Amino acid sequence: MDPGFIAQYLLNGIVLGVIYAMVAVGFTLFFGVLDVIKFSHGDVVMAGAFTALATYAGLELLGVSDGMFAAIVITVMGIAAMAILGALLAKLLILPLRNAPPLNTLLITLMFGLALREAVRLFYPNGSNPKPFPQLLPDAAMTIGNLELRLDSVLLIVLGLGAIVAVHLLIQRTRIGLAIRAVAQDPETARLMGINFERVVLMTFALGSALAALAGITNGLYYSEVNFGMGLLLGVIGFSAAVVGGLGSLYGAIIGGFLFAALQTIGAVWFSVPAYKDVFAFACIIVLMAWKPTGLLADKSAERV
Amino acid sequence: MKSNRRGYWPVIVTALAAAMFVFLFLYLEQQWEIVLLAVGLIAVLFSSARFGLLRRVELAASDHPRTTIMVNVLAALLVIVLLRNEHFALLMLATVCLYVTICLGLTLQFGYAGIVNFAGIAFFGIGAYTAAVLSLHSALPHLLVIVISGLVAGLIGSLLILPMLRTRGHYAALVTIAFGILFRTFLEVNDLLGGPQGLKVPGMQVFGWSLNDNISLGPLGAVSFYASYAVVALLLAAGAYALIKRLERSWLGLNLDAVRTDETAAASFGIDLPRWKIFAFTAGNCLAGVAGGVYAMMSGFIAPASFNFGDSLLLVSIVLLGGSGNPLGVLPAALLVVVLPEKLQVIQEYRLLLFAVLVILILRFRPEGLLPRRMREYFAGWGR
Repeated sequence: MDPGFIAQYLLNGIVLGVIYAMVAVGFTLFFGVLDVIKFSHGDVVMAGAFTALATYAGLELLGVSDGMFAAIVITVMGIAAMAILGALLAKLLILPLRNAPPLNTLLITLMFGLALREAVRLFYPNGSNPKPFPQLLPDAAMTIGNLELRLDSVLLIVLGLGAIVAVHLLIQRTRIGLAIRAVAQDPETARLMGINFERVVLMTFALGSALAALAGITNGLYYSEVNFGMGLLLGVIGFSAAVVGGLGSLYGAIIGGFLFAALQTIGAVWFSVPAYKDVFAFACIIVLMAWKPTGLLADKSAERV
Repeated sequence: MKSNRRGYWPVIVTALAAAMFVFLFLYLEQQWEIVLLAVGLIAVLFSSARFGLLRRVELAASDHPRTTIMVNVLAALLVIVLLRNEHFALLMLATVCLYVTICLGLTLQFGYAGIVNFAGIAFFGIGAYTAAVLSLHSALPHLLVIVISGLVAGLIGSLLILPMLRTRGHYAALVTIAFGILFRTFLEVNDLLGGPQGLKVPGMQVFGWSLNDNISLGPLGAVSFYASYAVVALLLAAGAYALIKRLERSWLGLNLDAVRTDETAAASFGIDLPRWKIFAFTAGNCLAGVAGGVYAMMSGFIAPASFNFGDSLLLVSIVLLGGSGNPLGVLPAALLVVVLPEKLQVIQEYRLLLFAVLVILILRFRPEGLLPRRMREYFAGWGR
């Protein structure tokens, strides 16, 4: 096969991997602090992209024409809105259900995601159709053989990787990160040490949801299109990535994200019908779950009875 | 013990009232009447649960399990006779019965054994596609085809349970979610199964008699052919209900309860966890598959669009809304969830949004559902 062709698939796979990893990091953060799965995460990704789109419509009305400036404004708006939404969700729906069976949390967030999805479909102007996402980043391209290296793809990869590294540094190097890790390890002891449990949980949900918004905007900028249903698949993929990597592990989520992108890319190259790539990737995930039931990197801990 | 048994008149009264209600619910057209009926149903359920009326009916029903099923089937047949000319109402009634059957399967999996299944509609779909392929390409009798649909769904489910056995909780949920999405995508890209356009399915034939023919029953006059399907679906749902109810009362149900409540404790009492999980998961999927087979023949046409992940969530909501683990709760919940959006055109478009909000509110404020499951009675007469 032509090396340029392979490089094109590789580049595409890396962008996908960055998006998936950003979504998966959210899942793993929430699981770390609260042992819950927040299934509306994919729809938060979608809502982030739509918030950005709505902001862009507002900017157009104001007559802003500079693409880079618009890109920054819509990203900030999307991230801020989703961070608030994530904290509200944790406060109103997830924390009150702390003592309920874990499945109830799973279901309530699934339903919240459905409500979010339906709300966008019904109430966003013409929301049931795919919406074009503005092309805001410089699209200068460099052609090497069959490979078309576009500047915006490179920018998106750098931005995404930068965001993941920033989250990693935040968790490993700052006081709030220390508090998040303490709560993840042992909520009771963390409370005894004077950590404000609820605040840490809300911060974590805000952080994860902000990353989700960034993932949604990256997705929109890369494909130049968003639709109300994109969150479901992205959420399931992010969840699969986090689970395959091992829930609660940051590195696991990143590895899982890139692994899923790799599986999809392999599936796309392998099968003549491109839609089989998801069937292939999910089948691989089911097999992986059978082989490593608690993920690739999760630590095996004995269950307390 | 004979003297301890109660009379069965509460069962008969309840069955007649329920039949009356179902008839009105399906027959009336005015929007405000429908809203009134739905609100009335929820109010009656809540208040009768609060004042212990429901308890009396349940006790009477558990004293006379056979009479209960008989009376209720007769009451439902009465509804079908009353609605004999209404195509749409009968189709809805049949759909409700099929949904009840799937949800009873889910009750067995989730309510009893504690296995989450977010791919309920996928197993329903496997049954439907099996029935379609078999009745198109083979001469097998249709009753046998429907049984095979259930077996195929159970078989594929028992492959899926293998990774689920090694995990639990969220990880097991992922396996079913991944399968549900995989199934839909697979159907859409598979040309052998008709791709996105789906397949046409011939109508059901039982002992040489085609259910798609209109029948005329002497004094009753012309009867819609959906009436025959409604009867088939009703018998299926009643059979599934009797089966699940029997299972709950037996040692099988006791073992399943133990598995759900505490896996570690159950295992240390010598209960073979994988065996019971496989049993519950496979049996539940078989029910879904059989319902799918009947659905395919009834609707005459199946397509991937009928088997969305959202529909699986709808099924889980029915189980939860009714009260997880209580087969009785499935009936009003399925009726509300299936019929209400069809009858209320105002909410048709907002159906999923409303259900999502409803389930969120239920989980937040009344997690036990409309009709909560009661504690198992170990000795007859306890707690009366």
